[in-house]
Amino acid sequence: MARLDDDMLVCRCEEVTVGEIREAIAQGAFDVVGVKRRTRAGMGLCQGRTCEKLVQQIISQELGVGPHETGSSSVRPPVRPISYGALAEGEF
Amino acid sequence: MLKTELLVVGAGPAGLAAAIEAKKGGVKDLLLVDLNMRPGGQLFKQIHKFFGSKAHRAGIRGIDIGTQMLEEAKELGIDIWLNTACVGLFDDKIACLEKGQPDGSTKIVYVQPEKIILATGGQENVVRFKGWTTPGVMGAGAAQTMINVNRVQPGQKIVMLGTGNVGLIVSYQLMQAGCEVVALVEAAPKIGGYGVHASKISRAGVPIFTKHTIKEVKGNGPNGRVSEVVIVELDEKWNPIEGTEKTFEADTVTLAAGLKPVSDLVKLQDIELVFNGPFGGWVPTHTRDMESTCPGIYVAGDTTGVEEANTALEEGRLAGISAAQSLGYMKDADAEALKDEIWDRLAGLRMGPFGEKRAVAKKELMDAFPEVARG
Repeated sequence: MARLDDDMLVCRCEEVTVGEIREAIAQGAFDVVGVKRRTRAGMGLCQGRTCEKLVQQIISQELGVGPHETGSSSVRPPVRPISYGALAEGEF
Repeated sequence: MLKTELLVVGAGPAGLAAAIEAKKGGVKDLLLVDLNMRPGGQLFKQIHKFFGSKAHRAGIRGIDIGTQMLEEAKELGIDIWLNTACVGLFDDKIACLEKGQPDGSTKIVYVQPEKIILATGGQENVVRFKGWTTPGVMGAGAAQTMINVNRVQPGQKIVMLGTGNVGLIVSYQLMQAGCEVVALVEAAPKIGGYGVHASKISRAGVPIFTKHTIKEVKGNGPNGRVSEVVIVELDEKWNPIEGTEKTFEADTVTLAAGLKPVSDLVKLQDIELVFNGPFGGWVPTHTRDMESTCPGIYVAGDTTGVEEANTALEEGRLAGISAAQSLGYMKDADAEALKDEIWDRLAGLRMGPFGEKRAVAKKELMDAFPEVARG
């Protein structure tokens, strides 16, 4: 596979580039969650739905590991964006 | 808090089938939710005839299957909440729903069902190349929704990346919708989908470039939209061969690079997932009853591994019957007999050059259950 340019966007919600993800890996990130904590990739509006696989591919390439060794994104509620208003009015 | 016997999340083929079977099996109190404005999932954009044998609805169009299922659901009096997203799943099976209101606003409603079926489907993969975030680059499935459901052309001149059945079928449907498909690009040495679909495209004079990929998309069109697509040939190691670039004028790029399961809700419930390449990544392992490692939570359809509408539908049926059985509405013998029939049909669907891999993948996924469930 051809090496990706450092300035290419990976997480468009949080505007994280390939270069920033490589830097996170150089700092010790070895899975999707590690990259997310360091760069915010996957913490935006789409919650990593778009970029998770791209991050997995970069980790896989940089560290020479299989896709199953790159982990997957952690999830917290709400899994889709909701307004504070709707949340506050909700009856339990 | 609202209580119900069964909550089904997702009203695509799997969720609809699950709700229908559960209701037929005797479940009285059932709620089906979907975040879209219409139920049916992707069935309503599948205007082509399905392939396979008669038992598998070959020759029937997805849109007609969807219509049949909606009628059946209506006759059975199944309660469907549309524009409703399940945004959280908590302990003791408490689901947080963001329920769409008629005025377009939303309201948070908590529901505690006795059983849950998760049929949240799949989602398109993206491919990265220089300029992949340029306006006009979109999923092939998104383009298919635009033409077949919304009746809007995604653009005039289109380059399709990927020649699996989605890439081939959507290319042809884009042509039927009046768009010009400039070229299809495929990284593998040969076309991924059925030859019968590929020949329709070739007959129309559209070139298919195998062993090629997109090198760059230029966005010099109106408002920064796609203006040109540069493709390049690949060598045996998937490296671009310099000097083989070809440039096409185009305003749209559609990506048909497969799907991945939507797994946010299964992850919230600490359901055990297993990595499965052919199924699109991390998927929940399950039993013959489609029950996940979390007792009382069932999974069905693309959520448990990306396949196609017919397998999703059959898995949905299994989950619906199993839920009705475990709620005490069906006799074990009756439920088991129905499930045997469905598993036979599923075996039939997972045959042939495209199905065999999925049969192996499903076996691996289910074989992992005992070990994973023990932790």
